[in-house]
Amino acid sequence: MRESLLLDLADDELVLGWRDSEWTGIAPTLEEDVAFSSIAQNEIGHARALYELAARELGTDADALAFDRAPDEYRCAPLVELHLLDWARTIARRYLYEEADRVRISALAASGDTELAGLAAKIDREETYHRLHAELWAGRLRGEPRFRAAVAELWPYALGVLEPELRPELAARVGLEPAPAVERGAHTPALAELWETMTEVRRSAPGAQW
Amino acid sequence: MIFEVFRQERKGQPFQHAGSVVAPDAAFADAWAREQYGRRGESEALWLVPRESIHQVTEWADEFDLKYRRVDGYSIKERLRVARELAARPR
Repeated sequence: MRESLLLDLADDELVLGWRDSEWTGIAPTLEEDVAFSSIAQNEIGHARALYELAARELGTDADALAFDRAPDEYRCAPLVELHLLDWARTIARRYLYEEADRVRISALAASGDTELAGLAAKIDREETYHRLHAELWAGRLRGEPRFRAAVAELWPYALGVLEPELRPELAARVGLEPAPAVERGAHTPALAELWETMTEVRRSAPGAQW
Repeated sequence: MIFEVFRQERKGQPFQHAGSVVAPDAAFADAWAREQYGRRGESEALWLVPRESIHQVTEWADEFDLKYRRVDGYSIKERLRVARELAARPR
C-alpha cells in the first residue's frame, strides 16, 4: 500500500518533470525557459526522494525504479503522459496538476505516516513556488479561448491524479464540476514513446555505474 | 518591463547587480528571477527594480582642475609601515 502510493507520486513527478523539460530551449521567453526548466528539474528531484523511500521498502534503488521498469509497470496518471507541445495546454496541465498535487500533498502531510508526512511537507515548500508560477500563468491566460478549451479537455485527466475521495476538494478549488475521471492504471500511447527516449541511455549500458 | 536584479549572497552583504529579467509585471519578475538567480541557493535575497525607476547620472562637469580633491597624490604606504611597526613593538 505504502510503496504503491509512493510510486504513484514518484512516477507522476518523474514523467511530468520529463514532459516539462521538453520545453527547455523552446519556451515562449528566455526567462520562462529558465524557470520552466528549473521547475521540471525540481519535479524530478521530488521523484528521486520518493523513489528512494519506495526503494528501501522494495529492496532496490531509485534509478532502477525510475528507469528499469517496463512501461506498463509505471503507475503515473495519464495526465502527465500526454505530449503537449502547445503552451496553452502545457500551462493548463501544470495548473491542474499543481492544484491536484496540493490536495494530495496536504493529505499526506496530515497523515499518520511521519516519514511520508515529513517528505510531503518538504516537497510542499518547493511546490509553493511552482503553484505561484502556475497561478500567474493561469491568471494571465484565463480569458483565452485556447486556454479554457485546454482546461476543459484536461479536467477529466486531472481528476485521475487523485484518489476518488480527494476529487471533490480539487473540483471546489478550481471551480469545475465533478466529471468522470481518466483513471490511473491504463496508459496512453504517449507513455511508451516517452519511455523509449527516457530509458534509452540507461538501456544502452545495462548495469553500468554512472 | 525590464527589471534589474540585485542579488545579496549572504545576510548583511551588499546587494550587487546580477542581471535583469524581462517580465510583464512584478509578479512574473518574482517567479522568473527566483528560478534564475536563486535556484541553486546562491542568493539570500533579491531586489527587483523596474529599470524605469532608476535615475541614471552620466553627465559630469570637470571644467576646472579639481584634482586636489582627490587622494591619489598622497602615499600612505610609508605612514602605514611606521604605524604597523609601532603597533608590533612590545610595550
